[in-house]
Amino acid sequence: MTSLDKPGVVAGPRSGRPRRRRVGAGGRRGVPLPLLLPALVALAFLLLPLLALLVRAPWHSLPDQLTSTEVWQALQLSLVTATAATAVSLVLGVPLAWLLARTEFPGRRLVRALVTLPLVLPPVVGGVALLLALGRNGVIGQWLDSWFGITLPFTTTGVVIAEAFVAMPFLVISVEGTLRAADPRYEEAATTLGASRFTAFRRVTLPLIAPGIAAGAVLAWARALGEFGATITFAGNFPGRTQTMPLAVYLALQNDPEAAIALSLVLLAVSIAVLAGLRDRWMTTS
Amino acid sequence: MTNPHHTTADDTHPHPQGPPGLDAHLVVDRSGFRLDVTLTAAPGDVVALLGPNGAGKTTALRALAGLTPLTEGHLRLDGTALEDTPPESRPVGVVFQDYLLFPHLSALDNVAFGPRCRGAGKAEARTQAAAWLERMGLSGHAGVKPRRLSGGQAQRVALARALATRPRLLLLDEPLAALDARTRLEVRAQLRRHLAEFEAVSVLVTHDPLDAMVLADRLVVVEHGRVVQEGTPADIARHPRTDYIARLVGLNLYRGQAAGHAVRLDAGPVITTTEELSGPVFVAFPPSAVTLFRDRPSGASARNLWRCEVAGLETQGDQIRADLTGELPLAADLTTVAAAELDLHPGASVWATVKATQTHAYPA
Repeated sequence: MTSLDKPGVVAGPRSGRPRRRRVGAGGRRGVPLPLLLPALVALAFLLLPLLALLVRAPWHSLPDQLTSTEVWQALQLSLVTATAATAVSLVLGVPLAWLLARTEFPGRRLVRALVTLPLVLPPVVGGVALLLALGRNGVIGQWLDSWFGITLPFTTTGVVIAEAFVAMPFLVISVEGTLRAADPRYEEAATTLGASRFTAFRRVTLPLIAPGIAAGAVLAWARALGEFGATITFAGNFPGRTQTMPLAVYLALQNDPEAAIALSLVLLAVSIAVLAGLRDRWMTTS
Repeated sequence: MTNPHHTTADDTHPHPQGPPGLDAHLVVDRSGFRLDVTLTAAPGDVVALLGPNGAGKTTALRALAGLTPLTEGHLRLDGTALEDTPPESRPVGVVFQDYLLFPHLSALDNVAFGPRCRGAGKAEARTQAAAWLERMGLSGHAGVKPRRLSGGQAQRVALARALATRPRLLLLDEPLAALDARTRLEVRAQLRRHLAEFEAVSVLVTHDPLDAMVLADRLVVVEHGRVVQEGTPADIARHPRTDYIARLVGLNLYRGQAAGHAVRLDAGPVITTTEELSGPVFVAFPPSAVTLFRDRPSGASARNLWRCEVAGLETQGDQIRADLTGELPLAADLTTVAAAELDLHPGASVWATVKATQTHAYPA
């Protein structure tokens, strides 16, 4: 690191600042240009758009933008539906994760593959599928309609369903991974102490995997908050009822770009907060 | 066992006809492995399952606990058939090898977990748990999370947790394996006391012959899923039936009262040891540490010198193990050449000596 064995370094820099930079770069000892250049381009490609968002943000009118009724409505709806979708994912997804991680049944691998399908499925396709299942003439929806008078599409409940459909797999996969990493013998120990399998799950496993569940929930919540395709397909775009933040951003971009930028900033801030919250779990380099 | 306990637990485990204690024939078939072990024990017995790794000891323990189902056989405890009872309904307590204390619960709540699951109210379960921790000398650690406990403390919390459900069968899987050598001596002595106080059947699994001999009244040696020998530690040490056991239990083990370097053995004579102790102790030394003479060695000091008679000789590989009776019952190993030179034969009288440096004394 010192310049003793590098005469060029001693001769080159005159002031302190470039010298320090030079020494710092020397510490990486020979990053080949064909790797360094594309890497820097990639970095710029990922960061510049976000930077542009900040540069063009209407900072002076931001308070007004954010307190306008439409923005407030969309924000509120987004928070409520994303939280509800996360709750649904938790209530249904944690047991599913347990089933996948802790039991053996025929076709378990297939079920696991199907669970992960929404992760890669275009959300619009998810929305169409939801319409065909739960729409007024859908496979299940027709019965919901004729028996209970329940209509799900184009309602706030529909938004929650669309978001949960897309977000739940994130939670299931995250919790299943945590469960697989957790020592199942703790459950056995609980069993020998008289706990039923459910009590063992509730009083031992659940607290042990709580960090994994929390991480999965945050991930699912973030995914639900940003949901666009499935929501607009299944629930439509009605302000105050089904128009969530991403939908509002998209719509605002056409007639009120400043509002769109303001909304985007809010979503960016939320994303950064989520990342900060998960930093121990997802950002550790190992 | 004068601890407070609720009666509901007993209601679920009636004591119908049939002899008290454990009567088990455990058969577990797994791919390429078959465990077939018969175990019986009376209340108060401490039985050690001793054997090499992979012999099936832990499988037997899991079968007793109900964590591994039996392929065949039976399991009766105090006359009640348990083979179809799920683990949570068996009156069985388990101390796991690495204790498996619930990391998110305090020591007190770990111990209270069992009584809670068996129907006690929260306050009652905690009262019982506190009493158990006090018995284990851990009152000051009730609020501590397991990761803050030392190995020895964690072991005692695990024991308290298993005993708090008032089991009729206590299972211990390698109870001392997770401890370092120094803690081990101390914990072994404590565990021995607690097991002696326990009124029902204890079964422990270990690959350490010393642990087995100190802790158990009876050893069941398991190899390749089968019982190869069974008996008191002394029996098995004297008359090993397989090479594995001979190597495993190659120890002379005695109880006695120590005063400084001298230990008055319960068997009679005094033995000098390197350790300086007082009170009840164990003294152990390997048969290879024993030297035999036909005539009283003239130059030798009188310490650790005993007059014995050869009761039996057994060939083990290129070694001969001599079974000696007399002042001190002993097992001695010597080469076939030495045995021939000494003209050893059953009934021959010999002098046996062992160096103090080759004995090990530790608190009982």
